[in-house]
Amino acid sequence: MTALGGIERQPRGFGVVLIAVAAAPALWLAWAIYSDFTMGTSYLGSDPIKEAEHSYGEMTLRMLVATLAITPLRRVTGWNWLAKHRRTLGLLAFAYGVLHLSVWMFLDVQLFISEYVGWDVVKTDLLKRPYITIGMAAVVLMVPLVVTSTQRMIKRLGKGWVKLHRLTYLIVILGLVHFFMAVKLDWREPLVYALVVAALLGWRMVDSRRRAVASA
Amino acid sequence: MPTPKLPSSEITPEGWYVNRRRFLAAAGIAGAGLVGSSQLGASLLQGQGQQGPQAIGTPYGLQPDDRPTPYADVTTYNNFYEFGTSKEDPARNAVNFVPRPWTVKVDGLCDNPGDFQLEDFLKPSAVEDRIYRMRCVEAWSMVIPWRGIPLKDVIDRARPRASARFVQFTTLNDPRRMPGQRFPVLDWPYVEGLRLDEARNPLSLLATGVYGRDLPNQNGAPLRLVTPWKYGFKGIKSIVRIRFTEAMPTSSWTKAAANEYGFFANVNPQVDHPRWSQATERRIGEFRRRPTLMFNGYSDQVQAMYSGLDLRRNY
Repeated sequence: MTALGGIERQPRGFGVVLIAVAAAPALWLAWAIYSDFTMGTSYLGSDPIKEAEHSYGEMTLRMLVATLAITPLRRVTGWNWLAKHRRTLGLLAFAYGVLHLSVWMFLDVQLFISEYVGWDVVKTDLLKRPYITIGMAAVVLMVPLVVTSTQRMIKRLGKGWVKLHRLTYLIVILGLVHFFMAVKLDWREPLVYALVVAALLGWRMVDSRRRAVASA
Repeated sequence: MPTPKLPSSEITPEGWYVNRRRFLAAAGIAGAGLVGSSQLGASLLQGQGQQGPQAIGTPYGLQPDDRPTPYADVTTYNNFYEFGTSKEDPARNAVNFVPRPWTVKVDGLCDNPGDFQLEDFLKPSAVEDRIYRMRCVEAWSMVIPWRGIPLKDVIDRARPRASARFVQFTTLNDPRRMPGQRFPVLDWPYVEGLRLDEARNPLSLLATGVYGRDLPNQNGAPLRLVTPWKYGFKGIKSIVRIRFTEAMPTSSWTKAAANEYGFFANVNPQVDHPRWSQATERRIGEFRRRPTLMFNGYSDQVQAMYSGLDLRRNY
């Protein structure tokens, strides 16, 4: 690993910078939406709610992609210190997912906020509109992963933990399907994410086969 | 402009959610509107605080709390896939589009077909300024001061034959000038249609401008359709052809997703889009949802055309 010399060890302050960079959009969007509606700014354009909703959704997907990228990146570069940051990215993915869902439910659909919107509206959305059902499922499936993300749970579950956390693959695929179904006709953007995810999952398949052969 | 004094009761219920710039604009309208309506019978409305042009025109079907959407929003938040699929794309990508010279072809089942230079096409009609509500199928809405001519004038001049039952409109197809057409998001060119009686409805407008100005490229220059009781996608932009037909034309969006976008596309809060409810809408510039009105508030002018039609099936 001499070619990449100098970063076999974690650069100082990496963890803090990672959290700051990954969490900054969450805070910025929250601030921008508040500012646009109360202070006459136009940070998020003409429809700040939709803009924030879409941005939170896209950030969820980015964080999920980042968690999937850790292992291949470690293998290719040898930067094994990356491993411990996967939890951070996973937790942020969940946070963005919850923000995305919350903006949709409370600011966009306006459950409890609008006098014209009650549970029935959200229930119809969740049960009768497949892209929403699928998106919701993706967020719900993240819950057990969050709950089992502590050091203690990792120890306690042992091999089961690894199996359980393979749910990430399903979650990211659900997220992609949700994205494809949510765009009207222009599937170019979700396609970019799909190709990246396909590459990361494809690498795993090739890698596991290679290792199976090597250990045989 | 001095800020008109408003009773606090008008301010407090709005709470924190009102965009201040827009709130001030609305306050300006309250002041200007009084003057306009008392003097002219048509209101003179301030669109956007002190910046932006004034909204001039006769209000059609406006609700008491309807205010013109600021010019900046009307001209930067657009669905015009010929210039890109995001809302901000058209304003960016249509900058260099030159909508002159422009020819409109009138053909099909009519006795006065022809290729008309835009100026000749418009000349016989008196230009009008009308303020309409606009409801997008995506559940957002605006109030837009259009400038244009009644579509009925154009229809009558073409002298449709008795066999003509529909009017089909076609957008310019020129990927060099409309970069969005380089990717087949829709089956270009964009096609829309109206039943002949809908086209002759006094509300149907061929717009040539907004806010008393020439139509910006991103809004469909130089000529676009406006049918305020229908979802916005019926308002085909940059029209080059008007054709009279016997068979119902297939709209581009119907072709792309027939279960989501029908031929009529009348605003109807009772009939959901498969992916979202149409019962409420968010007015651009406002936080709280508003209830969506049947035919977008134009029932009196249009509902007679649909008597006996099952609007749930003919969405």
